[in-house]
Amino acid sequence: MPASTTAPTWILIALAAPFLAALVAPVLHRFAGRAAAWILAVVPFAAFLGFVSLVGEVAGGARLTTGLDWWPSYGVRFSVLVDGLSLAFALLVTGIGTLIVLYAGGYMKGHPQAGRFLSFMLLFMGAMLGLVLADDGITLFVMWEATSITSFLLIGFDHSRARARRAALQALVITGAGGLCLLAAVILIGGATGTRTLSEVVMTGDQIRASTLYLPIFLLVLGAAFTKSAQVPLHVWLPNAMEAPTPVSAYLHSATMVKAGVYLLMRLHPVLGGTPEWTTVLPIAGGATLIVGTLMAVRQTDLKLMLAQTTVASLGLLVLLVGVSTDAAIVGAVGYLLAHAFFKGALFMVAGTIDHEAGTRDVTKLGGLRTLMPVTFASALVAAVSMAGLPPMIGFVAKEALYLGLDDAGRWGLVVAAVVGNALMFVIGFAIALKPFLGPEVHTPKHAHEGPIELILGPIVLGAVGLGAALLLHGFAETLILPMAGAVAGRPVTADLHLIPTYVSMPLILSLATIGLGVLAYRSLSTLRASVDGVVRAVGWGPDRGFDQIVAGIVASAGAIVRIVQPGRLELYMAMVLGFVAVTIIAPMVLFDEGPSWPGVPAMRLTEVAVIGIAVAGLAAVLVAKTRLTAIVSLGIQGFAVAVLFVLFGAPDLAFTQFMVETLSVVILALVLTRLSLGERDHRPFRQKFWDGVVAGSVGLGFMLLLLKVTQAPFDRTLTDFYDAYSRTIAHGRNVVNVIIVDFRGLDTLGEIAVVMITGLAILALVRVKARAPILPTPEKGKRP
Amino acid sequence: MNTIIFRTVSPVLVALTLLFSAFVTLRGHNEPGGGFIGGLIAASAFALYGLSHGVPTVRRALRFHPMEIAGFGLLLAGGAGLLSIVFARPFLTGLWTFPSVLGVEVALSTPLFFDLGVYFVVTGTMTSIALALEAREGGV
Repeated sequence: MPASTTAPTWILIALAAPFLAALVAPVLHRFAGRAAAWILAVVPFAAFLGFVSLVGEVAGGARLTTGLDWWPSYGVRFSVLVDGLSLAFALLVTGIGTLIVLYAGGYMKGHPQAGRFLSFMLLFMGAMLGLVLADDGITLFVMWEATSITSFLLIGFDHSRARARRAALQALVITGAGGLCLLAAVILIGGATGTRTLSEVVMTGDQIRASTLYLPIFLLVLGAAFTKSAQVPLHVWLPNAMEAPTPVSAYLHSATMVKAGVYLLMRLHPVLGGTPEWTTVLPIAGGATLIVGTLMAVRQTDLKLMLAQTTVASLGLLVLLVGVSTDAAIVGAVGYLLAHAFFKGALFMVAGTIDHEAGTRDVTKLGGLRTLMPVTFASALVAAVSMAGLPPMIGFVAKEALYLGLDDAGRWGLVVAAVVGNALMFVIGFAIALKPFLGPEVHTPKHAHEGPIELILGPIVLGAVGLGAALLLHGFAETLILPMAGAVAGRPVTADLHLIPTYVSMPLILSLATIGLGVLAYRSLSTLRASVDGVVRAVGWGPDRGFDQIVAGIVASAGAIVRIVQPGRLELYMAMVLGFVAVTIIAPMVLFDEGPSWPGVPAMRLTEVAVIGIAVAGLAAVLVAKTRLTAIVSLGIQGFAVAVLFVLFGAPDLAFTQFMVETLSVVILALVLTRLSLGERDHRPFRQKFWDGVVAGSVGLGFMLLLLKVTQAPFDRTLTDFYDAYSRTIAHGRNVVNVIIVDFRGLDTLGEIAVVMITGLAILALVRVKARAPILPTPEKGKRP
Repeated sequence: MNTIIFRTVSPVLVALTLLFSAFVTLRGHNEPGGGFIGGLIAASAFALYGLSHGVPTVRRALRFHPMEIAGFGLLLAGGAGLLSIVFARPFLTGLWTFPSVLGVEVALSTPLFFDLGVYFVVTGTMTSIALALEAREGGV
């Protein structure tokens, strides 16, 4: 591979620009109204032109990198890599992004939250651009998650509908789990190769394939790619994501974000690809996704859902092709990826325009729109021809290339899957492009007419690109397809791409078979739909239900665990906490025979004996007290006696505090008693009193032993001497205790007073709680008092 | 508790106790005392006043919710620590100045304000707990 050269710094500005545009979008929309989308579209368009200017250099084999230090101590950089693969994606993101911003401006016209919508779209654009250009693994992960989060915001944009909220959450949970897989994979790759910089990682293929970490890395990467790129059975979130407004479906859920998984597989193909695991798992998963996706698409009557399911199928086809791992298959994958972005983006926009102008997108309730919406009809037809894989569109070229790849690899099972899948896509493509437009005019909820320029511009441009790419195939291949395929394969590749077949080859025969099968299936579409629908209804269970069951299961088990460890009984909590304290103190002394030696009775002055006597008397009074109030006051007596001991042994600060704490404790405990309306007397049964006594006694014994042990160890005066020496000289205070609190250990104190305040707030909240309702709903009991 | 003697004496006691709490707090750097103990003394004064004259009276006299006083204290303590940033020292480094006011040298320092912050946090938190418990019904 060629050495990297420095990329122009404007790329960093282009990466930041969508985020900045997202900030101003709501304000701009308020003041500029409809013009806001045209102004905002300048941002992605300028970036698009910038990336176009790099095409020549990259096609010549250059790899451009640049970046900023982000977290140098951990070797994390915000770094950018522009090669054939990332440049092609960047062109898709910014180019289609420009059209989508305009489309969104037209589609959301008059919507009160249109500014916010544009803002979210631009946020996503920034994240997606960062994802495909990231050179650093951590940057890749952050951007990956950012696309998941913005996708969540956009799917749930219409948050007053429960279905939209559920779809948003489901997408976030599934793609978020994949994001965590990606993070783990990045860390493992870093461990196996010593670098997380992707442009360096792709050079270390042999090292990783020989590593014992290969299998975990491979599985984690699959976890990330299959969730993001909606492979069966993780695909459920993608059809549900059609709850989002149509610009989102066209941009995120067909042209860009869902391809992030395929992008990851392509990016890591030079490292992970070609192994038996790779060439087994990927084609099987991709093939299954292709077939399931197309069959589910046939079943739908909603235009958007038909498109969503074929998107699932196309993603399956891409994974299948990447999994085959030969140069020819990769060329097919790259060609199909680009072709798919053009025709699927266009068809989604067409579906949105129909929905917007006619008021429904149910294909059975539409018809005869060809005279009312001629431009939309024409652009739909062009896109459908590409989707069906017919000349003269880039879709045909791509399909020929992918058949060639599969044929070369000799994987006949995959060839059959691809032919069946493509035939069904042929059906869906024409069902979308013909059914709403042909036939007699049908009464639609809205009086249909042609969409405004913002809505029809996107499909026209994408259709023209799909056509132009096929007509100028040589240039398109040299500038985009082959450099991208080269980056995926890890070495320069050549390919025989053709728009006009020069001889009767296997791909041509397969193409003809696809078309024949497609025409047959199209003629019996309603029968096919009914039978697929019948099978799905007969099974009655799908991954979508499974998702709900898994989530319900997690919630139920979490609730069960909480009910065990948090039963809501204060006595149990106290007994547990104190019991564990006692065990932690006493157990090591017993196990390691480290208890204190028994001290002799020291000589005591009369005052000391008297004070200790008062403390013991107070304690005895607590035990024999008849009422709770007497017990509390007696406990206070014991505390005061201990405070007096502190005074006698030269700790006035401690004594002072102890006096106040004891006073307030008595007051507050007495208040709590009245507040909780506890009985005057303690009516615990003897059995409970006995065990409470055991716990209390153990804690007391433990602390006594601990204190004896501590005082028997030789006293280290280092700290004492330090504070004695410096308290006056550098902290200007004679009271060492106070100087420690407010100066030497000030940070500790700051933390402590914060805790004091938070505890106070918690106590306030507790006092406020009037009703003694259980915090956790217990399903068994049902009713609450 | 609501004897006439208690009700008559308690305002005087409360005033003296609050004065004492300020005294204990300010002398803390050199003699036994400090913000923590001072705060406890002040809180006991307010608790006492609440017992004798009722919680609403105390709340009116305080003007601020006790928790706001605690929050102010936390802000004061943190701010005293942040001041060292201006002098390019680490967080919470003690800064001292000894201006002469009316011919008397006064020791001003960030630890002093830090200690006052501790005083307000403890006063506010303990007072608010005590008052919340003393209040008969709701009214937190």
